[in-house]
Amino acid sequence: MIALVVILVVALFFIGIVNRTKSLLGGRVGPGLFQHVHDVVRLFRKGAVISTTSSIVFRLAPTISFVAILMACTLIPFGTQPALLPFQYDVVAFAYLLALSRFVMILAALDTGSPFEGMGANREGIYGMLVEPAFFVVFGSLAILTGHTSFTELFSTLHVGSGGVSILISVLAVYVILQIAMIESSRLPIDDPKTHLELTMIHEVMILDHSGFDLGLIMVSSSMKFALFGLLLANFHLTPSAPLWLLLIIAFGVNIVFAMTVGAIESFRARNRMKRNPQFILTLTSVAVLIYFSVLILTNKLVL
Amino acid sequence: MITIHHLPLAVRLDEIPVVSVEEAFACINQYLRVGQSRHVFHMVALPHTDGHRVITVLADDHTHSVSLTSCIVRTGNPVPSLTPSNAQMHIFERDLWERYGLEFTDHPWCKPVRFPVDSFHRKGIDDYPFFRLEGGESHEVGVGPIHAGVIEPGHFRFQCTGEDVVHLEIKLGYQHRDVEGELERARTLQRRSVLAESIAGDTTIGHAWAHAMAIEVLTEQQCDPITEHERVIALELERMAIHVGDLGALSLDVAWQLGSSYFGALRTPLINFFQLWCGNRFGKGLIRPGRNRFPLDEERRKAMRLMLAQFEKKFTLLANEMFSLPSVVARFEGTGVVTHDQVAAIGAVGMSARMSGLGRDIRRSHPHGSYRALDHVSVIEHGGDVLARAAVRRREVDASMRRIRIVLNELSEMSGSDAPTVPSTFTPNTLAISAVEAWRGEVVHVAVTDQDGQIQAYRIKDPSMHNWFALALAVRNNEISDFPICNKSFDLSYCGHDL
Repeated sequence: MIALVVILVVALFFIGIVNRTKSLLGGRVGPGLFQHVHDVVRLFRKGAVISTTSSIVFRLAPTISFVAILMACTLIPFGTQPALLPFQYDVVAFAYLLALSRFVMILAALDTGSPFEGMGANREGIYGMLVEPAFFVVFGSLAILTGHTSFTELFSTLHVGSGGVSILISVLAVYVILQIAMIESSRLPIDDPKTHLELTMIHEVMILDHSGFDLGLIMVSSSMKFALFGLLLANFHLTPSAPLWLLLIIAFGVNIVFAMTVGAIESFRARNRMKRNPQFILTLTSVAVLIYFSVLILTNKLVL
Repeated sequence: MITIHHLPLAVRLDEIPVVSVEEAFACINQYLRVGQSRHVFHMVALPHTDGHRVITVLADDHTHSVSLTSCIVRTGNPVPSLTPSNAQMHIFERDLWERYGLEFTDHPWCKPVRFPVDSFHRKGIDDYPFFRLEGGESHEVGVGPIHAGVIEPGHFRFQCTGEDVVHLEIKLGYQHRDVEGELERARTLQRRSVLAESIAGDTTIGHAWAHAMAIEVLTEQQCDPITEHERVIALELERMAIHVGDLGALSLDVAWQLGSSYFGALRTPLINFFQLWCGNRFGKGLIRPGRNRFPLDEERRKAMRLMLAQFEKKFTLLANEMFSLPSVVARFEGTGVVTHDQVAAIGAVGMSARMSGLGRDIRRSHPHGSYRALDHVSVIEHGGDVLARAAVRRREVDASMRRIRIVLNELSEMSGSDAPTVPSTFTPNTLAISAVEAWRGEVVHVAVTDQDGQIQAYRIKDPSMHNWFALALAVRNNEISDFPICNKSFDLSYCGHDL
């Protein structure tokens, strides 16, 4: 339960911190920390304009996508506090809930019949598919290391500095998860959320036709996706011996640092060329494989 | 063919030889065959008793000369096209076809240029005959006419296979305002000057100067050196401001936030200096035939030196960062390559030619005013890609800064004379040509007077007219997602083309 609350609270300020970091580094003051919350509230009050060429798929997609993300949230624990609905192999369910959310959005984009949105859907589909191996190799390795297959059990035994987890594995895992989060949330270097150019967009072009409540829901989903990964990262640092207030500080601290990192990455580098994206994502998988082999060596399954 | 060795020039209409169509076209072909040092300035048609008198203006960069020839094309009598042998002629012939209905027997690409309402071919803007690619993975993406950044309208039709562009066709004309017609109808100098400044908003100084020069030669006026010097400063300052702004826009398109914010901020002091100088940030109201309305006095020169010193420090820092940042260079390098042969074939001018090793530059080839004494050296890159275009911009900013400083120093040692008053009637039956190397490339104005000394035809060539085709070539075999940076790296004018 506590995990869900943390995710919701983090989702409130995460995008705000990313944007504030970007504006400060760009020499501007920038919008307020809760500007996107105001935006969502405004959108929720508005009616939606729905193209006559689109079907029910288009109207359902944002809701299904949001629910899928919400369900994914119920699988994440908070340190040793169990998740809302933990079960065996929920790591797999987590990955495919995110995939489901992406899948329905792709369908909705194709449903509009716009050539731009079709292009965006095509790209989103490919990158989503390519990022999957990295995710599974990382969490599969961690499952081998701990012998557990649900997030709740996994994180109850796994922390930075806890026995058996080398710093190397943690650093690599944090890096890979951070990059997966960036890709899943359509940020640099794969996608650019700020661009106004339809031809270069990936995620943004898919939601061009959504408006009003639906668009608000999509914005909430993407904030929650960030918070979801933020909490995953935070879980690495939640040691069971610490009191709850310290754990909360650590969790929020990790998320703030995460948001600032995203902001800094987006300020100081340019976006990848579209053709380089698959290569970039596959590199993540190879880093994940590195984790896998380290785990095999640590658990004496691979003897050199 | 009559050859004249200085620009701006005024030549009596009866001095331009009239030959047969075949002879004129053979002559043009032979002239252009010499090589890349020669290209077409403009092709103007004037009404004639039997049809149209087509005057072709050709330029030779090596001998610093301009040659003119003309022929009578009878109405309803198709003539052979020059385009198959000289691709650069395509836009001029299409313009003649559209405007006056001149027919070409073998023009490979006779399509509307800008859809004027009084067009001979009254086709709607909606049924443009696009090329189409069909079958397999091919698909068509249409962008515009409303631009995502709400700038100017233009329609881009991509024929793609997957993510790659096979062919891009650019349809313009939405911005057509009949500026040329307005300039012909305008009866006061003031109205003409204001119109000339509005031909392309980002080339205000370039067009204003070209117009002023055309009027000056038609009235046989000479500007004093101070005026000429000040115009050099204005033109180079405009070049700097646009280049810096475009480097920022390029950064934005590759999502490099730092560059987009700080280049944008660096453009401000440059255009603010125009505000200080003439009360308009784009330099409108500064240049008038025969004079500049606002002097660059000692106080403003001091302010300018100070501004440039501060600008240079920041600009160098940021530009060094840009051209050494791997993620930015990786996006720019090898993207949107237009080869040397291609730019030469399509007659690209200015920056779009110089980025691919073709040193076409009016300031060197046909210098006017103070440029004659300045001994200009062009900035030339050889890559032909987005990186080369960005590098040309960066280096031209530095070069312009140096030139402005030199001219500022010379200015402080000069004393002025009274500006001449420009009469409102011009030398009759005369054709005047002026050319200015604006930031995009050569701006050519051609003014023709009738027997009463009134303007009977005013023709404008913005560099965008040739260079749009370079963009279409640049995106071939590139990813469609690279189109925006290719487009921005050229930053061509819609209204300059549509007129």
